[in-house]
This record gives sequence, C-alpha cells and structure tokens, in this order.
Amino acid sequence: MMTLSADQQAGLFAAIEQGLPLVERPYLALAEQLAISEMAVISTIESWQTQGLIRRFGLVVRHRKLGYQANAMVVWDIAAEDTERVADLLAKEEVVTLCYERPRVLPHWRYNLFCMIHGKSREQVLKQLADICQRHQLNKITKNVLFSTKAYKQRGGRYAATANGA
Amino acid sequence: MEFDLLSQQLINSYQRDFPLCDRPFLKLAQQFGVSEQQVLTTLKTLKKNGVLSRLGPVFNHQQAGSSTLAAVAVPANDIDRVAEIINNFEQINHNYAREHHYNLWFVVTAPTPEDLTQALTDIGDATACEVLILPMEKSHHIDLSFTVCFKPVMEQVS
Repeated sequence: MMTLSADQQAGLFAAIEQGLPLVERPYLALAEQLAISEMAVISTIESWQTQGLIRRFGLVVRHRKLGYQANAMVVWDIAAEDTERVADLLAKEEVVTLCYERPRVLPHWRYNLFCMIHGKSREQVLKQLADICQRHQLNKITKNVLFSTKAYKQRGGRYAATANGA
Repeated sequence: MEFDLLSQQLINSYQRDFPLCDRPFLKLAQQFGVSEQQVLTTLKTLKKNGVLSRLGPVFNHQQAGSSTLAAVAVPANDIDRVAEIINNFEQINHNYAREHHYNLWFVVTAPTPEDLTQALTDIGDATACEVLILPMEKSHHIDLSFTVCFKPVMEQVS
C-alpha cells in the first residue's frame, strides 16, 4: 500500500514536522502539496508511528501558556550502580515529564541524570521534588534544581535536511 | 488565560493518538458533541494564543536524526544578546535561561551527527563561548504528553 519514494517520504516528513494545516481534510491538503495520495499520507504516518519514529502525534502545547510557569530541570549526580534504579523511580512520577541519562563533563559538569518537572509555581515544584526525595529516600544524592527564567525559543525539532525548510 | 471546555478537552485528550482519517476534526467534533468548525476554530485560537505550538508529530530524536542538549555560561547582563545569536541558528528548537553558572540551555537538532557537530562548533564560534555538550545516553521516560490541571471548568463560551 505504502509506495512513497524516499524523496516523497522526506517531503512528507518535512511537511508534518511543521504541523498539520487546520483545515477539514489536513491529510488531503498535505497530499496535494506533495502530489501524492491522501491515503499514502495517512498510511505513511501510521507506519512511522508503528516503527517508533513518531513517538506521539497530536497537540503539542506550550506549558507556560497553560499556566505552568515553573519549569525545573533537576540534575542528579548518581553513582553508576544506582542510576538505573533511581531513574526508573523518577520516570514513574506523575510530575516528571522527562528523565534522561547524560554524560558528566568533568570538571565542569558533574551531573549524570536529568529530569524535568513542570508546575504552576516554583513552590509547587520544590514541594513535589521534596516529596519525591522523601518517599524514595533520595535526599543523600547530590542534586541541583535549575529553574528556567525565560524561554527564548520553544518549538519542535526540525530534522528535515531541506535547506529551505525554515 | 481562560480556556473553554472544548479547549480543555482537546488539550487533555489529543496530545497523542490524533485520528488518522480523512476528516479527523469531524471525528473529534462527534466525540465532544460540537461541530467540525468549532473544533477547527478552537484549535486556530489556541494556535494564535501560542498555547498550541503545532498539531503534529513528536519524533523520536534518536531515530529521526541527531540532537543534543547543550549549555553555555554567559555574563548575566549579556544573556539576551547571546540567546539571540543562538536562536538565529536554524538547528535550535529550545532555548531557555536557567539559574546556574551555565545559564543558557538549548537543544540542537540536525539531520546527521556530522551536521550536529558542525552546528555546535558554529555556535561556539558565533558566541565565543565554550559549549557544554550533553547528549542523551539513555532515556527512561520520553512521553511528553502532559495532563493539564485546569481551574474549575468554565461554562463553554461560544
């Protein structure tokens, strides 16, 4: 069913990463723009979801505009043997939206686990973090909380290699 | 900002699994008992307000291309200028000021690892800063959808 060429797939990829047009038949609009069929657009997006290239497909919202003004990146310096266990505990927490391991860059940067907590206020975020640390006995781990003070840019990643894809 | 019922329903129900069919907005409309036009109008309003960044895919970074978190440490009184320089790079999608010695944090994405390395070098040159590069090594939780707690639901404003 899915018979798009590599170029057509690249074109569709570049088009959808900008977002669907808000019209009655968005997939048809994309199809016409790319000179392919509506069915091919839909089935290709479906297959990208199945393959895991697309993690989710839907509304991408800006937390700040929804009243979630406090955005804390919590960074932890955890011993290698403990990282997996703690990361899995954090990842299961409702308020944690991301949980990634990243490399230390010594001597500049000692933290190897990152998680993100969004809240409506700084106090709320700190309270949630304190609660998590207490419930899981994480108070002994060295950590740091980096609140954001200003968002200079917030948009989806652009991976398409087209030079004019701005 | 106040959000009507339909906005709240759309935001909390469709951050994932947006319908893949010829009339997706009609499908949402039927679910929420409104018209297709109301759904489209509401989404357009959310877009205009800046609440909706876009309606579309969130790609798996590792499969889609190359990306990394990066940071620079700049004097506080110079941060707006440096942020602007960084924002001007097309490869930047997030860029935040944060409270730390490393006070400007951004995400760089590129089609290939080579392009990514080049972009990071260019950013270092353009800002005259040493860039702290922190690529993801392992993800434990990558679901960016997020249940929004709205204030008590308002009567729908039409």
